[in-house]
Amino acid sequence: MAHTVSDGRDREIITPALREIVADWSADQEVFRHTHWGKAMMWIFLLSDTFIFSCFLTGYMTMRASAAEPWPNTAEVFALTIGGQDIPLILIAIMTFVLISSSGTMAMAVNFGYRKDKRKTAILMLLTALFGAAFVGMQAFEWTKLIHEGVRPWSNPMGAPQFGASFFMITGFHGLHVTCGVILLLIIASKVARGHYDRAGDYSAVEIAGLYWHFVDLVWVFIFAFFYLW
Amino acid sequence: MKHEIPGSEASLVHEGQHHPISLYLKVWGYLFVLSAMSYMVDYMHVQGIVRWTLIILFMLLKAGLILSIFMHLAWERLSLIYAILVPPLVLLVLVRIMTIEADYAFWTRAIFMGGGG
Repeated sequence: MAHTVSDGRDREIITPALREIVADWSADQEVFRHTHWGKAMMWIFLLSDTFIFSCFLTGYMTMRASAAEPWPNTAEVFALTIGGQDIPLILIAIMTFVLISSSGTMAMAVNFGYRKDKRKTAILMLLTALFGAAFVGMQAFEWTKLIHEGVRPWSNPMGAPQFGASFFMITGFHGLHVTCGVILLLIIASKVARGHYDRAGDYSAVEIAGLYWHFVDLVWVFIFAFFYLW
Repeated sequence: MKHEIPGSEASLVHEGQHHPISLYLKVWGYLFVLSAMSYMVDYMHVQGIVRWTLIILFMLLKAGLILSIFMHLAWERLSLIYAILVPPLVLLVLVRIMTIEADYAFWTRAIFMGGGG
């Protein structure tokens, strides 16, 4: 920067928060020095993961926009017959509510973690993992249903052949993330229950696992909007 | 963990993110309502520009709630917030480039390949 802040008038214009950024990045010191190292690393990992999912969603956008055949109607493809009635997209809606609920229980687990309430933290994390497992189970059901209907990564009976490729790639990768999240939650929850974090008095691991879990929910928000509803 | 955030929010922040549980329950409720509303967009067969606007609006509101409250971004230092939120903006460039590419591929298929995929 050629132009430096020299007089007091300029310094008044810059808000304290912006001045804090300049101080953080310029003064030959760690930018995230007030942040737990694990949390900073998790955020950087999530940032890279954001780019992975964005590439999938952009690829889906490109395939859908360039498909010469009509795109399958997701409301019909993901409809379920309940009590003799076809309800559009109902399974996906239930999956969305399950994942949001798991995010809610996780946020509360983090909160109880900071209050050093071992029992409630572990129970809420187990509940979160249970919701996550239910989500993966419903996704497995959905995959089975579509495969039986003849949807393949290269073709499907409903329309544009690119549909199968985007569906299996995007939901498959998201399901993998949920599965990894469930395993991570179970590991951290058992550590909480055994009092591992009481010894050091540091429950940051719960918050870091929570960040990952909320991210999985966040990605589903975008998949739900762009893939299922669009 | 320390949270030394200057500004009006600073007085609300305590050591180690102690927020009342009611805050999370409230956000949980908002997320439920927003999800139900985006589902209703499909259920009510809203089409065209209104559909896309509503879907994106509900999506961004949900993403904002999850990021700011559940992931505690609202109480983080501005350096961390910017480090997380600014880099994904370059993805808009990728989206723009791929829109042009998709348009080209579509018309190539439509004109020279008889509409076949």
